[in-house]
Amino acid sequence: MSLLEVSNLNVVFDTPDGVVTAVKNLSFDIAAGETLGIVGESGSGKSQTAFAIMGLLASNGRVSGSVKFAGNELVGMSDQQLNRIRAEQVAMIFQDPMTSLNPYLKVGEQLMEVLIHHKGMDKASARAHSVRMLEAVKMPEASKRMNMYPHEFSGGMRQRVMIAMALLCDPQLLIADEPTTALDVTVQAQIMTLLDELKSEFNTAIMLITHDLGVVAGVCNNVMVMYAGQTMEFGSTEEIFYQPSHPYTGGLLESVPRLDTHSEVLAIIPGNPPNLLHLPAGCPFQDRCDLVQEECRVSMPQLQQFAGSRRRACHAAIEMVGAL
Amino acid sequence: MSKPNDKTMLMQVQDLKVHFDIRPENAWPWVKPLTLKAVDGVSLEIFEGETLGIVGESGCGKSTLARALIGLLPAREGKVLWLGQDLTQFDKKAMRSKRQELQMIFQDPLASLNPRMNIGDIIAEPLETFYPHLSKQETKQKVQDMMTKVGLLPNLINRYPHEFSGGQCQRIGIARALILEPKLVICDEPVSALDVSIQAQVINLLMELQQEMGLSLVFIAHDLSVVRHISDRVLVMYLGNAMEIANANQLYTNPQHPYTKALMSAVPIPDPKIERNKQVELLLGDLPSPINPPSGCVFRTRCPQAMAKCADVVPELQALKGEAHRVSCHLI
Amino acid sequence: MFFKPSKVVKELAKALPDDGTSAIEGRSLWQDARRRFMHNKAAVLSLFVILLITLFSVFGNYFAQFSYEEIDWIVLTDPTELGKPSLASGHFFGTDQLGRDLFARTIQGGQISLLVGILSSVVAIVIGTLYGAISGFVGGRVDIFMMRVVEVISALPFMFLVIVLMLVFGRHIILIFVAIGAVSWLDMARIVRGQTLSLKNKEFIEAAYACGVSQWRIVIRHIVPNVLGIVLVYASLMIPSMIMFESFISFLGLGVQEPETSWGALISEGVITMEIAIWQLAIPLSFLVITLFCFNFVGDGLRDALDPKER
Repeated sequence: MSLLEVSNLNVVFDTPDGVVTAVKNLSFDIAAGETLGIVGESGSGKSQTAFAIMGLLASNGRVSGSVKFAGNELVGMSDQQLNRIRAEQVAMIFQDPMTSLNPYLKVGEQLMEVLIHHKGMDKASARAHSVRMLEAVKMPEASKRMNMYPHEFSGGMRQRVMIAMALLCDPQLLIADEPTTALDVTVQAQIMTLLDELKSEFNTAIMLITHDLGVVAGVCNNVMVMYAGQTMEFGSTEEIFYQPSHPYTGGLLESVPRLDTHSEVLAIIPGNPPNLLHLPAGCPFQDRCDLVQEECRVSMPQLQQFAGSRRRACHAAIEMVGAL
Repeated sequence: MSKPNDKTMLMQVQDLKVHFDIRPENAWPWVKPLTLKAVDGVSLEIFEGETLGIVGESGCGKSTLARALIGLLPAREGKVLWLGQDLTQFDKKAMRSKRQELQMIFQDPLASLNPRMNIGDIIAEPLETFYPHLSKQETKQKVQDMMTKVGLLPNLINRYPHEFSGGQCQRIGIARALILEPKLVICDEPVSALDVSIQAQVINLLMELQQEMGLSLVFIAHDLSVVRHISDRVLVMYLGNAMEIANANQLYTNPQHPYTKALMSAVPIPDPKIERNKQVELLLGDLPSPINPPSGCVFRTRCPQAMAKCADVVPELQALKGEAHRVSCHLI
Repeated sequence: MFFKPSKVVKELAKALPDDGTSAIEGRSLWQDARRRFMHNKAAVLSLFVILLITLFSVFGNYFAQFSYEEIDWIVLTDPTELGKPSLASGHFFGTDQLGRDLFARTIQGGQISLLVGILSSVVAIVIGTLYGAISGFVGGRVDIFMMRVVEVISALPFMFLVIVLMLVFGRHIILIFVAIGAVSWLDMARIVRGQTLSLKNKEFIEAAYACGVSQWRIVIRHIVPNVLGIVLVYASLMIPSMIMFESFISFLGLGVQEPETSWGALISEGVITMEIAIWQLAIPLSFLVITLFCFNFVGDGLRDALDPKER
């Protein structure tokens, strides 16, 4: 039994312009200690998946399907029960550390609050534990920094505070929603190295949500590629990068400029990101796909397993994808 | 790729400094303000038909430099010679006449378009400003021609910016910038706010238009991979200073400056085998404040190879063997 | 390779807007706002009621049996009894203590009160917007000076000013408009200046500079249309307070001069006879309250419809 088992997850929003299906029939697993990278662009539903798991959806959102964490069903749990799970078992770090930290409270107070509330620690032990955690995330002058306010930290430092806060209760799963997108590239390298080290030190499973393929290549065991709220492909990192089985994955890999190679013209994926209000019948990628057939416009390809634990949702044969 | 020497030099920047006066918090009005040195002595040349890429992280001053080049921000010291004339000496009115030749594309595609104007009016505005005698028909024709050129359907001319996607908005911005057929276009992070699959479309478009219209581009970005792809030459900036400038291929295959090396090693590569075995050169410490930059070489506080000399003497941009590659570092 | 780099422009032109139509007409933000406003039932109803009251004030006199200053000598003998509202006597709303027809006087009062509200907003919109936009846009010392002027005028004790004006020039109706117009633009100028300051740093303003657009044109073409939303909302919320203000002045006896009247003056008279002739208070008061309520609803509706966060 995996640590996190998501089956047929659906997330819909009631908006004044209509019903938006942000996530459709999503299924994936994360084993203990494993890192899953969820890759997608805007409208892919990757962030909404994370919010649905944590029970943090906006009030006009509805979740259906099953999310099992360590055997417990999270969908439909009351807020009270979820609060026990949040931070203690599943923690989350967000993209913009400035808005995720309370600007009016000292960093130390925010860290201690987690421990006092969840672990019932007294102030002194909470403080000691917090300082230890700040040192674990390589924060210089950790005890002095406890008394500083978030705006006194740089972006990278704030993200470290967020990571420390997330790991305080030693959760089994850490969800990181675009943790380094807002950071400079050198700081990003520091944070990703840190996450990698902490992962082994604390044996935490990580669900890393990002659009940056390079980041995924470095730290993830498995990768799930999403488009318009659905899974396009799932497999190990090497399989996805070296033998992509879906035209969207292939297109992404081809159109991202790389530091180590130089080509005259970039390959592109034509068209625009999906409009979730007006999704076409059949495969959402049909208007942009080089391998589109009649079938793609009619029926949504099912997620099929092949070659061990790999999965793909595409009507075109794998050989055709590989031959392009 | 021909060497820069064969081409005409359009713009020459000499020791440009852009400083801002910051009032310290809670200070009395007569207290002397602090100086934020956003750009602190940068020199470069821009040649006809080439793309100069400027890379650096936040706080390096690249956006400020871009705006100072076309007079959107005032220069404190130094010269910006455009076809021989010093733009820093121009007053507002004279600068306006130069706008025909110097244009800009902005980072946030939607925010750079007036939400209350339809895109036909947005793209036509530069035309109306410089050619007020054109008839409505002629203007409309030119606008629609430009729209076709950037890949927008001409019959969308009456639509409003919020009805378009990010990539399309950026193309509207490009159309607006190019309708006057400028000589130099400054692109300030034009693809950073776009989805990955759309970035390639816009980059290809820019490159094609550059070829077709003989434009010079100054391409500013923090994404090194994108800059490598589009640029002929690249300038690396840190805390308002130029660290290294070279032909794109040279810079990426043979970086000399410690900062450039650290920057290159930090960029994630979408290739698991390479990425996992990569040795990242992590920089020490935090970015110093531009109000109080370190003496001598501004990078010395984070440089793994800093020497005593680095604190005393500011390194000059020196050429290595071959004029094209210049580095400002005492180690060379 | 997965995707051959095709002719770039042909690929890009495939990116049609998502609804697939090639309609030429665009949907401006104003049209979006109008649609949202129409969905707000309270606001639409209030707008309708305001329209009714305005029509009443403009055309009501055709139905009035008496003029607003004519004294009905018969009623005067026993105003409390004979002055009650009745369809038979022709005094639909009854009369006041001097036997003057309340129906006609309410209409006349409505004309004054609504005129005050509308005129003061027009003054505020025109003068306040331009003043605030220029001050915010130009910035620096000009901005500081212009805002100091606003603050000095705001600091003047207003009632004192009105009284002085009244003493010097006598109680002319025009003075009311002058006095109220003089203060109505102040708040608007501040609000527009604030909006301008935040707009000034937006990229499309920078883009306008980069395109060589002159500063004046930037203010007119780029700044003003983008502040109109908040101007409209504030103006519609200002009307009730201006009407209230005029009512207050009239209530104190400083406003319109007899025999002209306004709702405030009517209320002032009505309060005195509240216990014996309740209609003299109730009717003008109801009109005033309903009008104020409706303007507030409309203002709220406008604000929701024009909310800039909803693109």
